Amino acid sequence: MSVSPQDVEKVALLARLAISESDLPEVTERFGRVLGLVDELNTIDTETVVPMSNPHDMHQRLRPDTVTGQNDRENLMASAPAQEQGYFLVPKVID
Amino acid sequence: MSWETVMGLEVHLQLATQSKIFSGSATAFGAAPNEQADAVDLGMPGMLPVLNEEAVRYAVKFGLGIGARIGERSVFDRKNYFYPDLPKGYQVSQFFAPIVCEGVFEVPLEDGSLFPIRITRAHLEEDAGKSVHDAFSRETGIDLNRAGTPLLEIVTEPDFRSAEQAVAYLKALHSLVTYLGISDGNMAEGSMRCDINISLREKGSDALGTRTEIKNVNSFRFVERAIHSEYERQADILDSGGSITQETRLYDAEQNVTRSMRSKEVANDYRYFPEPDLLPIIIDADYIEAVRATLPELPGAKRARFTADYGLNDYDAALLVPNHALADYFEAVVTAGGAAKPAANWILGDLTAALNRNEIDIAASPISAAQLAGLIVRIEDGTLSSKLAKQVFDGLWAGEGDADQIIEARGLKQVSDTGALESMVEAVIADNPDQVAQYLAADEAKQKKLSGFFVGQIMKASKGQANPQMVNELLLKKLNDQS
Repeated sequence: MSVSPQDVEKVALLARLAISESDLPEVTERFGRVLGLVDELNTIDTETVVPMSNPHDMHQRLRPDTVTGQNDRENLMASAPAQEQGYFLVPKVID
Repeated sequence: MSWETVMGLEVHLQLATQSKIFSGSATAFGAAPNEQADAVDLGMPGMLPVLNEEAVRYAVKFGLGIGARIGERSVFDRKNYFYPDLPKGYQVSQFFAPIVCEGVFEVPLEDGSLFPIRITRAHLEEDAGKSVHDAFSRETGIDLNRAGTPLLEIVTEPDFRSAEQAVAYLKALHSLVTYLGISDGNMAEGSMRCDINISLREKGSDALGTRTEIKNVNSFRFVERAIHSEYERQADILDSGGSITQETRLYDAEQNVTRSMRSKEVANDYRYFPEPDLLPIIIDADYIEAVRATLPELPGAKRARFTADYGLNDYDAALLVPNHALADYFEAVVTAGGAAKPAANWILGDLTAALNRNEIDIAASPISAAQLAGLIVRIEDGTLSSKLAKQVFDGLWAGEGDADQIIEARGLKQVSDTGALESMVEAVIADNPDQVAQYLAADEAKQKKLSGFFVGQIMKASKGQANPQMVNELLLKKLNDQS
């Protein structure tokens, strides 16, 4: 499958990856090769195969609905770059 | 051009669990910022989610409540996007295999008819945190207490054609989930939030127009107003030959307009893939039957029973049933001996008015169901006229005891003694010879009107305690005897 530099730029933006102008041709080429491999996998008939969502042949264990968490704010916020009045601070987000 | 509105709704319902969907943090409302967020909620490296069994049970309860198919194998997926209040960079949701599959929800309309809405799916997911934009001058504050709160997202087919239908659906849904006990349904605290997908098309057309999505509307009234306002906006554009841009919009209640959310302009591309940290949820028939056995009587069944067993009309039943506590109160009044129809009238009339005036919930009503039943019994047996009954009601509200005590203490017994009433009637006739003459000279229609004067005088003389029906009969007889 061929992929355009614009496709790569879009995916990079969605994943918040910075790809420089000079790296773009090479990344596009490598990206295309990975998708080529996926194309090859797509030629296999999987009509009767249930999609695998997890490699383990097990199902989800559940936990009882009890509050076990303690207020550990001070500890958990210790490594935050900025905080005030109990909030994590991030650069202003305007909607 | 004449336009038809086509809408589908997505409701985010907060499930009433004690702890979060994937962690042991508390979900209680109103805690100080970040005091109910642990390492899992914060997306710290190496943390793994463990699914809350109650969230699963609530989702299945909902599915059974609307008669939907339950996914016997459902899977969590990652919905990938970046926003500061989403610490992991993805939201754990269900995309490919939801826990609740297709179903039909019957929504009662005001005229008592049922309006079927197709439910596409309902899936479990975690809520994001909260961004606080106005508390800090140069930064945005992030509170992750809400991150990881279990949500059930309920998605409908585009089956709505009017704001009234949409609101009726939301009210019925609110009633259902509070009956099921799976959510507190507190809209002001964000327990039920609604996204509206809305498009217009020419009346009579089958094609769907380009839609917009109005996000996070959190009251019935705002839903109605947001739909009307977005209809006007889209109709104006289409009428002038323009086209609608597919986008996400927010409803601004103060200005009563919807606004484009510019930050979401980059087309949504969430790149869903199966969440490798969680295994599939397997739900077998035994589990489903065990949950089914715990279902309470649901609003639809209760409405039917109220009309069949108590002889209520659809209108009264539709008003009593949605609020579980109100329906219980009504049944308690009837059990305590109050006749059903008057019980419904008092509850929906004077009692609801008094509760609303004082902002009291029915569960905390100062008048108990037994006390209201006592009042109704005294109206039915003729002790109280409707006017006196209101005074007794006021006494009950003020905590003066039960109906009989108030009747005794305030001396409110209706006078139904023929001898006493006769002498009152005679006195009024004797005191007003001019009006009597006028009455006797009048034609039948006019007489009816003039008799009101005498009734008024008698009621006044008896301080409202004369039995009005008997006064009427005696009065007419005595007046006609004068001629």
